[in-house]
Amino acid sequence: MIRLSNVDKVYRTSQIETVALSSINMEVKEGEFISIMGPSGSGKTTLLNILGLLDVPTRGTVRLNGGELTSYRDRDVARIRNREIGFVFQTYHLISDLSVVDNVEIPLLYRRLRGGERRKLAREALERVGLSSRIHHFPSQLSGGQQQRVAIARAIVGKPRILLADEPTGNLDSQMGDEIMDIITSLNREEKTTVIMVTHDPRLAAITERIMRLFDGRQVN
Amino acid sequence: MLKNYLKMAFKVLLRRKFFTFISLFGVSLTLVVLMVLVALFDHTFGAYPPETKTDRTLGVLFVEFRSPDDHSMINGFAGYGFLDRYVRTLPNVEKVSLYSFPTTAVSYLNGAPVTSWLKRADGEFWQILDFRFLEGRPFTPQDEKDRNFVAVINETTRKRFFSDGPAVGKFLEVDGQHFRVVGVVPDIPILRIVPFADIWVPISTAKTDTYRGQKLWGNYLAMILARQRSDFPMIKDEYHDVLKRVEFPDPQHYNKAFGEAETLLDVASRAFLLERGYGESPVRRFMAWLILLMVLFMLLPTINLVNINVSRIRERSSEIGVRKAFGASSLTLVGQFVVENVLLTLVGGGIGFVLSYGVLHFISSTGLIPYAHFGVNYRIFLGGLAITLFFGLLSGVYPAWKMSRLHPAVALRGRG
Repeated sequence: MIRLSNVDKVYRTSQIETVALSSINMEVKEGEFISIMGPSGSGKTTLLNILGLLDVPTRGTVRLNGGELTSYRDRDVARIRNREIGFVFQTYHLISDLSVVDNVEIPLLYRRLRGGERRKLAREALERVGLSSRIHHFPSQLSGGQQQRVAIARAIVGKPRILLADEPTGNLDSQMGDEIMDIITSLNREEKTTVIMVTHDPRLAAITERIMRLFDGRQVN
Repeated sequence: MLKNYLKMAFKVLLRRKFFTFISLFGVSLTLVVLMVLVALFDHTFGAYPPETKTDRTLGVLFVEFRSPDDHSMINGFAGYGFLDRYVRTLPNVEKVSLYSFPTTAVSYLNGAPVTSWLKRADGEFWQILDFRFLEGRPFTPQDEKDRNFVAVINETTRKRFFSDGPAVGKFLEVDGQHFRVVGVVPDIPILRIVPFADIWVPISTAKTDTYRGQKLWGNYLAMILARQRSDFPMIKDEYHDVLKRVEFPDPQHYNKAFGEAETLLDVASRAFLLERGYGESPVRRFMAWLILLMVLFMLLPTINLVNINVSRIRERSSEIGVRKAFGASSLTLVGQFVVENVLLTLVGGGIGFVLSYGVLHFISSTGLIPYAHFGVNYRIFLGGLAITLFFGLLSGVYPAWKMSRLHPAVALRGRG
C-alpha cells in the first residue's frame, strides 16, 4: 500500500545540516497496525509526515498504491491526503474558532459535498467516538481526551484507508489514553483501516502488529 | 464552502479586535476620500437632469485664435457672432443652442442689492436640456426672435423675490431690465456649468445688440445635439473644416482658429493633462491617470493591510497545516484568505459608505458649492464597491499566496 525506498530527509540551514532520516525502507500493507518508536529527535514525526505526504523526502521515493508521489502536483497531493489519509496529532490541532462539528467537517469541505451531507457525516463520526452530545461546543470547552476524540472524528469522517497518529495519547492521562487507543484499535480491527502510530509508550506499541524502531534517523530493527 | 469561509472570516475579525479596528479604519478612511472624489466627479460629469442627453451632446466651450506668426494668442469663450455664423450652421446635427457663461447681475429687493447668476440663452437651450418645470414653461425660439423680456428663474430666486409663492406672470428687475417670469425650475448646482444660473433670459434681451457683431471672442458657448453618438467624429471633422474657413475681421492680427466640438469631460481632461493641443480625445488618458492616482492613494493603506494580514495569517499557521493535511490545496487556501480579506474590506467599505454619505451631506449643507446636492446614487455605490473589492483583492492576494505556500509539516509546527 505504502512503500518508502531509500528515503533521506535532511534539514539544511545556512550553517548546519541535520539528517533527520537516513536510508529508510519501509512497506506498509493494507489493514496493518504499525507503531513507530524511538527516542526524541530520532525522526519519528518526520517519517510520519513523509508517510502522510505532509513533507517530502530529500532523497528516495514514496509510493502509494504503486504511484510515485514525489512527482505529483500540489493539487493532486492535496486530493490524496483528503481521500486516503486521516491524521491525529499529539496536540490535537483543532481550530479554536470553530465548533466541534465544524472542525470535524473540515476534510469534507474539500470534497464539494453539500452542507447537509457534510453535517450528517460529521455527526456520525462524532457518534463513533462518543461525542454526539458535544457537537456545538468549542474545543476550549472540552477536556484533552474529548479534544483528541474530536480530532479522531475529524480524521475518520472522510473514511480514509490510512490513519496516521502522532503520539495520540501523549498529552493524556492513562485512562483517557486507553479510551483513545480503544477507538484507534477498533478502527483497525472493525473497519480494516491501516494505522501507523508514533508512540513512546511500549505498552501501546505492544498492541500493534509491528513495531518499527528509529534511532538518530535510522531504522534499528 | 463559501458559508464556511464567511463564518471563519467573521470569527477571525472578532479574534484580534485591535487589528480589526486598524484595518477597518484604514479601509473606511481611504474609501471616504475616494468616494467623496467619485461623488464630486459624478456630480460634475454624470448624466443628471437637465443634462440627460450627454451621450449625444457636444459643446464648443473654448476657442483659440492665433496671429500669423503664432506669437499672439487669445484663448477663451467665443463671441456670439462667431458661434452663430460657424457653429449654428453646422450640417448634420439635430440642434444647436447658444448661451452665455453666467455673469453676476444685481437686482434690488426692498432697497437692498441682491446678486444673482444670469445666463442668456436661446430657445433651443430649453429643447436640448430637460429642465423640470416647477411652474410655467421655458421661453421659446419665438420669444428670442421677438425679443420678449421673459425669464425663467430657479427655486431659490423665486423664494428670494416671491417668498416661495407662485412667480409666473410676475415681474423681476435684473440689472435695470424688467422681465416677466414665465417658468420656475429647480436649483441647478454651480458645477453643472452648462445649465447653471439663477435667472435665464433670451439672448436678444441684451442691453445692446453689439453681441451680434463679428467679434470672434466674447462670453458665449454652444451646445450641439447630435442625432446619434456615432455622428460625433463627423461633427468634429466638420467643425475643424469650418474653423479653416473662418473670415477674420483683422487677419493681420489673428488669422487662425483652433478648437474642438467636445464634451465638458474632454475639456477637463485637457486641463488636467496640461495639454494645449487639439485632436484626439484625452478622456481615456485622463481616466487612466485618475485610476493610477487612486491606486497610488490606496497603496499606503494597502501595504498597511498587507502587513496586518501577514501577521494575522501567520498566527494561523497551525490552521493552515491542518487544512492542508486534510486536503486543502494551496489554491483553495488562497481562495479562503482572499474571501476573508474581501469580507473585511467590505465591512470597512460599508462603514466608509455610511461615513461618505455623512461627509457628502455635510458638504452639501454648508453651501460651499452653491446648489450642490451630493448624494449617493447607484453609480457612486458601484464605484465604491469596485474600489472596495479592488482594495480587498490587492491587500489579500499577496499574504494569502505567501502563506498558502507553507509546507504543511512546517505550518503544523507553527513556524509560519
